[in-house]
Amino acid sequence: MTPPHRGALRQGARAHWLRERTPQILIATLVVLLVAGPFLPKWAMFMLNVSLSWGTVVLGMMLLMRTGLVSFGQGLYYCLGAYAAGVLYAKLGVADIAVMLLASVAVSGAVAGVLGLLLAKYRDIFFAMLSLAFSMILFGLLVKTSELGSTDGFGLSVASLAGIPLTAGWARYAVFATAVCVAFCSALGMQRYLSSHTGRLAGAIRDNELRVEYMGASVRRVIHVNYVISASLAGLGGGLVGITIGHVDPEMAFWTTSGEFVFIAILSGTGSVLAPFLGAIVFETVRSFAYEYSPNTWQLVLGITMLLVILFLPGGLWSVFTRWRKAA
Amino acid sequence: MNQVLAILIDGIIYASWLFIIAVGLTLIYGVMKILNVAHGSLYALGAYAATAFGGWWLVHGYPPLGSYGMLLLAAIVVGLVAGPLIERGLLRLVYGKEEVVLVLVTYAVFLILEDLTKLAFGVDPLSIPEPYGLLGSIEFGDLIYPTYSLMVVLVSIVAGVGLALALNRTRQGKILQAVIHDREMAAAAGINVSRVYLVTFTIGTAFAALGGALTAPTISVQPGIAAEVIVLAFAVVVIGGLGSLGGAALGAAIVGIVRAWAVHKWPEVELFSVYAVMAAVLIMRPKGLFAVPEARKI
Amino acid sequence: MSAILEARSLNKSFGAVTAAADIDVAVQRDSVVGLIGSNGAGKTTFINMVTGYLTPTSGSIHYEGREITGMAPREITRLGICRSFQIPQLFNTLSVRENLEIGVSIAARSARATGAQDEAVEIEALIERFNLSGYHSQLAGLLPEGVRKLLDIGMALAGRPNLLLLDEPTSGVSADEKFRLMDMVMSALKAQGVTVLFVEHDMEIVARYTHRILAFYEGRIIADGEPDAVLNDAEVRRHVIGEALHLHQREAGHG
Repeated sequence: MTPPHRGALRQGARAHWLRERTPQILIATLVVLLVAGPFLPKWAMFMLNVSLSWGTVVLGMMLLMRTGLVSFGQGLYYCLGAYAAGVLYAKLGVADIAVMLLASVAVSGAVAGVLGLLLAKYRDIFFAMLSLAFSMILFGLLVKTSELGSTDGFGLSVASLAGIPLTAGWARYAVFATAVCVAFCSALGMQRYLSSHTGRLAGAIRDNELRVEYMGASVRRVIHVNYVISASLAGLGGGLVGITIGHVDPEMAFWTTSGEFVFIAILSGTGSVLAPFLGAIVFETVRSFAYEYSPNTWQLVLGITMLLVILFLPGGLWSVFTRWRKAA
Repeated sequence: MNQVLAILIDGIIYASWLFIIAVGLTLIYGVMKILNVAHGSLYALGAYAATAFGGWWLVHGYPPLGSYGMLLLAAIVVGLVAGPLIERGLLRLVYGKEEVVLVLVTYAVFLILEDLTKLAFGVDPLSIPEPYGLLGSIEFGDLIYPTYSLMVVLVSIVAGVGLALALNRTRQGKILQAVIHDREMAAAAGINVSRVYLVTFTIGTAFAALGGALTAPTISVQPGIAAEVIVLAFAVVVIGGLGSLGGAALGAAIVGIVRAWAVHKWPEVELFSVYAVMAAVLIMRPKGLFAVPEARKI
Repeated sequence: MSAILEARSLNKSFGAVTAAADIDVAVQRDSVVGLIGSNGAGKTTFINMVTGYLTPTSGSIHYEGREITGMAPREITRLGICRSFQIPQLFNTLSVRENLEIGVSIAARSARATGAQDEAVEIEALIERFNLSGYHSQLAGLLPEGVRKLLDIGMALAGRPNLLLLDEPTSGVSADEKFRLMDMVMSALKAQGVTVLFVEHDMEIVARYTHRILAFYEGRIIADGEPDAVLNDAEVRRHVIGEALHLHQREAGHG
């Protein structure tokens, strides 16, 4: 008999309460952020913006992890999403946030639709390695593509949101508001999805694929769908980051970027759709301050934190919020 | 014709360096089922240590040929110190966890070592070019190669053959193979698996460091080389088959020649060609070309 | 009464090893059939072929008149054949209720779904029938072995099968629990009108609960008939039961 994974002990009453209240928490956060936005100092808005974008990427990773898969190549879609937005600007003169993000999702989703057919056949290390290989392929391609700026990448900016023109002062807030709304919709949507029939199959697949097949459901199909969803979220996050920073470069597809997403995913845990955003905010905050304080030790801090989480908090940071009790 | 020869020789030189690094990685995976992300960091440590030891030797005016001994010494020191430290100090605590978690642990070690290396050796590029040019060069028609590079090829062949003999002819080697094929059975047969792990990780580390030490004279040693190397090593090991010595050799040869071909014929795809081959192999033979069959637990 | 399951000239070999040879069997609807035989005799191979885990080397399998040879397990399940496993295949990090929820949920979405039966009601019924109420919120991975077996069979039943295949339902269960488990399973099945085939090593169980026994030896069926006849057959005694075993057939009364 295999004992249940450490991080999956029976949730206590508090966890259940949190799950029920999640939509309210999300709405409250949405309102607070949108209202407080214009009054936030630039650096805070920027950091929140990036954190929420990264949180969206990690939300996708969380879905994959719940299905039992760890992708070491989300950077592929993150980068594709960013470059989709960038190329629209640089080559087609499009400067609309909504159009750019739509392109980010479309491109990532389409590529994932194709690659997913292949990747859905792999598991464990091989899934991780193949996803890594694909992201490095993109990296290699971009680095040698001078029309896209090679290693330097290129810049982009925005001038409107869904057709509404933005003045310089409002552009930053518009991007921020978009990120907040995207994060909100993704989180809410993910929670709905996870409680749907297909969403619940994810955990079942992680536990026992054989049984799922023998109950009559297609494991490959569910994995493929979840892969496309996670890729689209990664692309969305990438587009948002590209727009926020105003720049895209091949480093977004390098394996270390994917590694950071994995790190945040582990740090956050898979307990709630709120977790990835919390984890991303903690990560961004720690990283920014650690880097400010000493640029040559932030990776040290990251590495040690990761080890501590793996050793002592197998359920991720989120498990601190919920009371876990072992089944009798 | 000349170009074919050039590609071949370039490819083999590159492959030999890759092999030394990859062989340690594949050994560690084969025995311990850990995909060691920190392997690249140990390579970097080897390179830095080589610069330090070799530099010290040369600065003190000792016979330049001795610097090669210093390179070797650097690799051995890094292997004997970092290996057991990481294995006993950290990996011991996490054996038994899922494979992916182990990868994350080694990823954390990679992050930690990145900064520790920066703290120890600074962020400026270091170099130790003397050993590279010391042996002069060899001509193949109108192709000229530094003798040093060919020496590295020799070292890698010796290492490969040596390891193969050790694995197949010595008792220790057979014990290692037993653990590779079925850890539980080996333990049931009385093998001290814990000690095998320590030895394997140390040897693997030493090889990574050796790769770094031998490369040091040919590059500028600086932060970032670990991250670049580790993906290449992954590609080699995945192509050849995780846990297979022969696979590491074949994988290294394939990656080396493909890259050399790209550099000569189609430089735009140089970077991506390696990963494309990795993806292609994974697609056709998901477990790699020479995968070690795992005992199936029913 | 037409046969719900028919195997015709079924053969399965793995290289030089013959796992099944010339299997010809027709199973009638609503019957309870026991499969006996020593390990490696071909019982599990037969079940694996019927459920799609293995493809026969030659021969064909028909279910409700339709050929299912070589179909994927998923498709076969959707047609109405479900199975339990020797080692219970459960979702260990989910609770008993959540396990059954998934099973019922998947079945409700298959093409065979017969009308809007309330899923919650179905789940409750399954929990009731298999006496799982006390465990319903416990993680499957932490259950006692006997309960895991029950849940595994419950999961199979959640698939709303017409044909149920049980692989050693009482193995690993303590002697005194075996009969209780089988009583529970059989009454649950009777309520649903399901044809059952089960593999068993315990001859008392087989004698008590089956209408018909198929005895396997070296990949072939060496005896096929009523329990009395088969269990006393000379060949069966030699190859399956062993002369040394004294058989208490009707002592406990016919189940």
